[in-house]
Amino acid sequence: MTQPFILETRGLTKEFRGFTAVDDVNLQVQEGHIHALIGPNGAGKTTVFNLLTKFLPPTRGEILYRGKPITGMKANEIARLGLVRSFQISAVFAHMTALENVRVALQRPLGTSFHFWKSEKSLAPLNARALALLDEVGLADYADVLTVEMPYGRKRALEVATTLALDPTMMLLDEPTQGMGAEDVDRIVELIRRVARGRTVLMVEHNLSVVSRLCDRITVLARGSVLAEGDYASVSADPRVREAYMGSEAAQEETHA
Amino acid sequence: MSHTTALTPAMKLQRRAKLRRNALYLVLIAIGLVAPFVAYPVFLMKVLCFALFACAFNLLLGYAGLLSFGHAAFLATGGYVTGFLLSSYPGLTPELGILAGTLAAVVLGALFGALAIRRQGIYFAMVTLALAQLVFFLFVQSPFTGGEDGLHGVPRGALFGLISLRSNLAMYYFVFAVFLIGFAIVQRAVHSPYGQVLKAIRENEPRAVSLGYNVDAYKLLAFVLSAGLAGLAGATKTLVFQLASLTDAHWHMSGEVILMTLLGGVGTLFGPVVGAGVVVSLQTQLAQSPLGNWVSVILGTIFVLCVLSFRSGIVGEIQKVVKKNFK
Repeated sequence: MTQPFILETRGLTKEFRGFTAVDDVNLQVQEGHIHALIGPNGAGKTTVFNLLTKFLPPTRGEILYRGKPITGMKANEIARLGLVRSFQISAVFAHMTALENVRVALQRPLGTSFHFWKSEKSLAPLNARALALLDEVGLADYADVLTVEMPYGRKRALEVATTLALDPTMMLLDEPTQGMGAEDVDRIVELIRRVARGRTVLMVEHNLSVVSRLCDRITVLARGSVLAEGDYASVSADPRVREAYMGSEAAQEETHA
Repeated sequence: MSHTTALTPAMKLQRRAKLRRNALYLVLIAIGLVAPFVAYPVFLMKVLCFALFACAFNLLLGYAGLLSFGHAAFLATGGYVTGFLLSSYPGLTPELGILAGTLAAVVLGALFGALAIRRQGIYFAMVTLALAQLVFFLFVQSPFTGGEDGLHGVPRGALFGLISLRSNLAMYYFVFAVFLIGFAIVQRAVHSPYGQVLKAIRENEPRAVSLGYNVDAYKLLAFVLSAGLAGLAGATKTLVFQLASLTDAHWHMSGEVILMTLLGGVGTLFGPVVGAGVVVSLQTQLAQSPLGNWVSVILGTIFVLCVLSFRSGIVGEIQKVVKKNFK
């Protein structure tokens, strides 16, 4: 039988000194899907995300990529498999230009990244590709601008371009619209839709309108375990999900009142 | 697609900046060549040795973002190994002695680095300090260093067995050449494919990891390069003063190089050179004046002022002004 899932977890568990942040999570992401991981605050979304991207070691359980276990691999090794993550706070290289940001992602396959005796000019052949990637996210005019001087929404777009530079088979996005104004959110949603073609995306997202517009499949986490899974319609109709979300919101409203 | 066909304004600016930089390099080299006829060569050599030491340190702090508090160990190792070899084997030419000292520092750097880069921030600094103290006590106890007395009368010998370095003028030009080589290595490393990755790691380490880079290996290389260049500085200094002593291994020296780098401007190529020049000049001038006992206090005050009011150091602040007015 062929392996239908690109990424899969079996009994994934993470304990912090007796506190179980992630409890026996079985997650299956189908190839080509935009898959969202949602849940109320403290549900363990970010922890799951860090486990998947190897930024945290799991206490128990297995992670499989295309059917092969990657549980024991290092964070930089899974990036080479084509599993590339983004970060919640915009993760750009602030004192490098937009072009350099993308180029540093492109340069590893050249095999000269340890060559401290070579000139930077040896990277010039990558500039055209880097510019094309910047153009793809609407940043061609920013090529020579130091990233630290760019507006927030543009930084996030630059991050996407940098991620795309690795030509990932699967992108893991950690709250890609966090801290953005409505206009920027729309732009990023369009961008994700566009770059997701031919790739798989797993994203942690708070903004439910973004999730409803983008995602094929949604996994709801609550208190570290999977509460529900399905498409947006079925998940949003699930009474348990409503309770987890609305219940906490209703409780919040009560305390406010 | 203006970027692929014509020169963008930014590229023109870059090109012009490069021409200006090259002109600056030529002027500075010319000054370096004339300097020994204007100033005392031994003082200039001291400045150059410390400038190289500070450049080595800056490669690590300014471009890899790693604060080592144990760089004296590399300076001293370079110095002692070179001093010991040249004193014990009269047939050995000075350039081979210096090379051996540098290699010893490289090996020690690989050892220190492998242990220290597992930790970050202040813990990294503490590990380097602890290891450097270990090396200090080894040097105090070992017979080959001469203990508290140090190694005296290290022969300068003849370069390649041909050019005698006994005269201070000949020695000066040799030191100047060594400094230029060291500076060029740092300059190139910073502007290399490796330098790009190093900058990326300094700017955002988790992101560099997520791009597939094994950041520890890159940090280790930076550490080894920095240690090797510090060793080269120490080895050359031993030849200049014909002396290797515990002063170089003491943690004061590790602190002094931090001061030089920060004062001159961390993360700038010329900052450490300027910083070394200022600190060595002050030390020399003050030592001759009635304020001789106050050197540490004065340097400390300058350090505090630097951290409080001009954080990017002398060269860093100048660069800011230039950027604001000439862009």
